[in-house]
Amino acid sequence: MSGRAEAIVTLRGVSRDYPGGVTALRDVDLDIDRGEMVAIVGPSGSGKSTMLNVMGTLDRPTSGEVVIDGFEVAGLSDRELSALRARRIGFVFQHFHLAPGVPALDNVADGLLYTGASLRQRRERAARALERVGLGHRLTHRPHQLSGGEQQRTAIARAVVGEPTLLLVDEPTGALDSHTGESLMRLLTDLHDAGTTIVVITHERVVAAYLPRQVSMLDGQVVADRTVVGT
Amino acid sequence: MLRVGGHGLRARPLRVVLSALGIAIGIAAMVAVVGISTSSRAELNRLLDALGTNLLTAGPGTTLFGDAATLPDEAVAMVGRIGSVGSVSATGKLADAKVYRSDAIPEAQSGGIATLAARTDLPDVVGATVASGTWLNDATAQYPAVVLGAKAAEHLGIGAARPDLQIWLGGQWATVVGTLDPVPLAPELDLAALVGWQAGQRYLGFDGSPTTVYTRTDPDMVELVRSVLAATVNPAQPNEVEVSRPSDALAAQAAADVTFTGLLLGLGAVALLVGGIGVANTMVISVLERRAEIGLRRSLGATRGQIRLQFLAEALLLSVLGGGAGVLLGTGVTAVSASLQGWPTVVPAWVMGGGIAATVVIGALAGLYPAIRAARLAPTEALATL
Repeated sequence: MSGRAEAIVTLRGVSRDYPGGVTALRDVDLDIDRGEMVAIVGPSGSGKSTMLNVMGTLDRPTSGEVVIDGFEVAGLSDRELSALRARRIGFVFQHFHLAPGVPALDNVADGLLYTGASLRQRRERAARALERVGLGHRLTHRPHQLSGGEQQRTAIARAVVGEPTLLLVDEPTGALDSHTGESLMRLLTDLHDAGTTIVVITHERVVAAYLPRQVSMLDGQVVADRTVVGT
Repeated sequence: MLRVGGHGLRARPLRVVLSALGIAIGIAAMVAVVGISTSSRAELNRLLDALGTNLLTAGPGTTLFGDAATLPDEAVAMVGRIGSVGSVSATGKLADAKVYRSDAIPEAQSGGIATLAARTDLPDVVGATVASGTWLNDATAQYPAVVLGAKAAEHLGIGAARPDLQIWLGGQWATVVGTLDPVPLAPELDLAALVGWQAGQRYLGFDGSPTTVYTRTDPDMVELVRSVLAATVNPAQPNEVEVSRPSDALAAQAAADVTFTGLLLGLGAVALLVGGIGVANTMVISVLERRAEIGLRRSLGATRGQIRLQFLAEALLLSVLGGGAGVLLGTGVTAVSASLQGWPTVVPAWVMGGGIAATVVIGALAGLYPAIRAARLAPTEALATL
């Protein structure tokens, strides 16, 4: 990585074992700087989802050091980790996980639910976030009234409504057709251009191709880390 | 947090209704039981207040030989001379004068109605009220005019008194000039046909000796008068006189209610417990079903404590909903039951407040374990993105 850029994600010697002898991550070292857009690619079982969970503080490593946005995760309590997740990290999941029967506006407003903002503030910021992802006209629609692509966009809006430092995206196009997937990746690139640090987990090379830096994983280890210039 | 808890419930309305129903029924049962018994006691107290507790009855006991005793002729006057006595009246039993609807009825079917000679001041003393027609007055007391007690009128198939209405009494026709309402303090009058004192002597062979003496006394002196009444009424044979205070029977009824109420309250508490288990069951299943939502909330930054609070709030809302519905239902049942019987509707505030408080406790207990389980769920397990 070039220069003295600020590190958002620092993993040192991170391992994650599960009882029963399964090793999801094996002694991983990784640095991600502010403003980067990184793809973590690999077949299923390669440990990339575990990597996402560890980066998002949803999971603690069995050994190794994890520093997210300057905070050493191991030393943080559950409350502090939750605060970190509420304000500095945004998640987008493969299956959207939107609340059924709830309008898009409120779904996105939930992204700020645990930050202490008032209901009005949450809704205002949610409306802006939905416009940013191109769904300003769909504020009152419920998830079942939205297409798959629109649902994922709503989920993205929820993830960025709090303007997090780090956006973690898990298989964003996994549940979508290729055309929708492409427009989604373009949205993510736009968000990145606006300054968000984005990490995308995927097993599809096509998706990974959108991203300037590609970290390849296999059997819990980082096997390659390429940056393509000019993407 | 209440908003979030409320959202969880709104998504599955049928389940909410079914779970809250258990608690509602338990609370409704308890409220109705207490409400109905309190209303009944309120009615009894109202009755006691209206009728007064200062009526004493001196009636015939049995003689040494087992016959019904009679009282000396001067008994009424003697009682009237006791200091704290306010008013006195009496009835005399006419054992041989049987009552029939008409002269065509076989002699054996007299219907259990007693014929009594009554003083004209009797209704004031015993608190009797006229249902139809009039009571005996000084004029009609001398002629074959009869007033029927409430049950006697019913047995004879008579709805209301009419000038041309006659019954066959003691071998002759008597005109029904009036009927009475039921007399709570002198129930023996309900199944009686009452004729005037002089009419009894003139037409039915009455010897003028009273059988039962009724007296109203100064309320503070009731027990004192009670102790001397037997001796006053029949100085020669005081042990042949039975003195009673009719309002005691009503008061005893009110007291018996309390024990019965306690029993039913216990049953209601069992129903409540079952309702609480229903809520706990719903919450446990809810937590299992919503693992993804829990994981999502954790990823949005919810602490374990906030997850716990959310599910606890849901359980509490569920219970309080049930409790509120139960109080309304129980009060409604009490109101219907009481008004059907002509009682005032009384639901003590403590049972309503206690009902709601009980549901809060039950909700908290039922929701505690599921809430703790929800909070302990690891985010990765919950989201199962692996």
